[in-house]
Amino acid sequence: MVALEKALVGNRRYWTWIGALLVVIALGVLSYLRQLQFGLGITGLSRDVTWGLYIAQFTFLVGVAASAVVVVLPYYLHNYRAFGKITILGEFLAISAVTMCLLFIFVDMGQPGRVLNVLLYPTPDSIMFWDMVVLSGYLLLNAVIGGITLGAERKDVPPPRWILPVIILSIPWAVSIHTVTAFLYSGLPGRHLWLTALLAPRFLASAFASGPALLILLTMVVRRLARFDPGQEAIQKLSLIVTYTMIINVFFVLMEVFTVFYSQIPEPMSHFQFLFVGLDGHAPLVPWMWASMALAVISLVLLITPRYRANERLLAVACVMVFASLWIDKGMGLIVGGFVPSPLGHVTSYVPTLPEVSITLAIWAVGFLMLTVLYKMALAVREELA
Amino acid sequence: MAGLSALAVAGKRGFDALTDGGRAEGATERRPAARWAMVIDLRKCVNEGGCTDCIAACDRAHNVPHFDERAHDVKWIWREPFEKAFADHGSPYTEDAFKGASLPVLCNHCDNPPCVRVCPVKATWKRDDGIVMMDYHRCIGCRYCMAACPYGARSFNWLDPRPRVKELNPDFPTRTKGVVEMCNFCEERLAKGRAPACVEACGEQALVFGNLHDPGSEVRRLLRTRHAIRRKPELGTGPNVYYLV
Amino acid sequence: MSDRVLIVGGLVLFLALVTLPLWFNVAAGTTSKLPELTLPEGKDPFGTAEYMRASHMDLLMTWRDEVVRNQERTVVGLDGKTYAKSLTGTCLACHVNRATFCDRCHDYAAVKPTCWECHLEPRPVQRAAQ
Repeated sequence: MVALEKALVGNRRYWTWIGALLVVIALGVLSYLRQLQFGLGITGLSRDVTWGLYIAQFTFLVGVAASAVVVVLPYYLHNYRAFGKITILGEFLAISAVTMCLLFIFVDMGQPGRVLNVLLYPTPDSIMFWDMVVLSGYLLLNAVIGGITLGAERKDVPPPRWILPVIILSIPWAVSIHTVTAFLYSGLPGRHLWLTALLAPRFLASAFASGPALLILLTMVVRRLARFDPGQEAIQKLSLIVTYTMIINVFFVLMEVFTVFYSQIPEPMSHFQFLFVGLDGHAPLVPWMWASMALAVISLVLLITPRYRANERLLAVACVMVFASLWIDKGMGLIVGGFVPSPLGHVTSYVPTLPEVSITLAIWAVGFLMLTVLYKMALAVREELA
Repeated sequence: MAGLSALAVAGKRGFDALTDGGRAEGATERRPAARWAMVIDLRKCVNEGGCTDCIAACDRAHNVPHFDERAHDVKWIWREPFEKAFADHGSPYTEDAFKGASLPVLCNHCDNPPCVRVCPVKATWKRDDGIVMMDYHRCIGCRYCMAACPYGARSFNWLDPRPRVKELNPDFPTRTKGVVEMCNFCEERLAKGRAPACVEACGEQALVFGNLHDPGSEVRRLLRTRHAIRRKPELGTGPNVYYLV
Repeated sequence: MSDRVLIVGGLVLFLALVTLPLWFNVAAGTTSKLPELTLPEGKDPFGTAEYMRASHMDLLMTWRDEVVRNQERTVVGLDGKTYAKSLTGTCLACHVNRATFCDRCHDYAAVKPTCWECHLEPRPVQRAAQ
């Protein structure tokens, strides 16, 4: 792999970080072994709430993965030079995010040993089949693009011409991975929280807000730790993208609320009631949802005001808020909210268990480990050339 | 006249062929496609006595496990209150009519099943005779079918079911942890010309099972003479479990 | 000089450890025995012992798909009789006890088929086990 040896050289802080990630991963592996032995019953999932923390993370992270297109499209299609230094960071973030997605799906499966059945018995009618196809394809695309462009950069030559159509392909492909993921939910006739044409646009809007928000934060971290500065203009442009997409996302959510509550149809309303005020005495997500809304509003105040957005410290705070708000809203809020109440009108609380949280943290740690290694490689190559 | 009687004979013979036993001739038995359906007479079934004969029979016939935690419930047929099974049909005055009684609910073996549409490995599919079938060997346990089912008819084995089966019936396998299951209209009994376990067990004969493609069947007669409702018909799933009110 | 001792000594130790499976039983005086199977009376109506040893998994998988996915539930054996394609109902009807038949070879070969996670043994065996 390009410059992998660069990831094996680091200072004390670097190795402490790697070590901490490995510990989290090891604990998660132990929890997963327990899950393999006993079954998914060790999670908080139930007959009514059949998808929870794992699939919530998967849904959110597909968005983060798709957001690479936000830097790739302007740079490669429209020659927006300011994004030149940041595209590799976006692509590597995509690789790490897609890997986390695939891992979250894997740990959620009841019979993971049979995962290859999806390839052995392809079923074009099933959106899940297509999700596997597009996610794997996206991983491959970004791995190739990242590897080739970084490799060329290291040798101080322009990348081969054939990589350009591959990069262009990754643009609609990125949009497709998140559209297909939305289709997983928006085509199910019995789940009224999800049965909306607006779900895919909502997913894309929140993806293009949360992904670049994370990218901005990562860029600030990288600037601090390595002598790598993608430039003020890149960060400011990204923050503008986050602002507009977050506005669109909040707008979409308000559209949903209007349709549901003005039409006064009981079933769709009940899901929002469960999420925001509780239902039948069950209100596990109520504080989370209101926190998500508050974070969204405050972050928009910070982002919309040019003076605040230009202040990098406030921008960082706003990005953390955007990321957290969308992580809640698109993750647990959307997934668990879709299952409660059940098709038979039962209200079942879902609270993740400790093993479930441990496995989740471990997969996030795997993602951050990949990100660290990939970024180290990219930065080392840049540093070499400088 | 001769033609009509020939038709009647052919119809009856067809009916017998579809429901008769003794299928051991030859290695393949491709029966003409039936369309299996169940009709539940709520006037006979809605009892306050808490009868669970159909449930007990199904659990016994299929080694359905019993879990203490409601979260891990595995059930093929069970009882739900009317306002839960038919949330769209209720009114403020429904209570009076059904006085808190419950009715059996199960997989509807829909004509247009969303669960079949979403399964990524065809572990669940719709047979020619209408039964939505489950292949436990192929199921990867993704639970997408459970998300897709608008009736909550499917269960997942969150833990190993074997120790939680009351009495093991060796004529039918158990399942293992990590796979989804639901009512199979007793397809293994139908293959031997027997009625489903729940239908046989009902003391009130409230459950009637038969072939919708046969106009002379009991299910067709009931649907012709009584008003029947189905669960969530507006979703276009085409359920094959009818409830006579 | 001491380097050579360490190197040669280390190599010898490594070789000994790596070839452990080959010489351990001989040294301990135990040899592995071939599995002893409890065989039923009569001939197998689905194939010879050699065929079964090589292909019983194929047979079971084929039967499984034919029954579950195609509803082809019966098969005519080599003896002309009709049998149900069933592990519990047909195979175990003659081979009865999996512990003295199936498990013997599987344990010997360290094979763990997943059949028994779902498929049960016939009623007389279960009663005996209780």
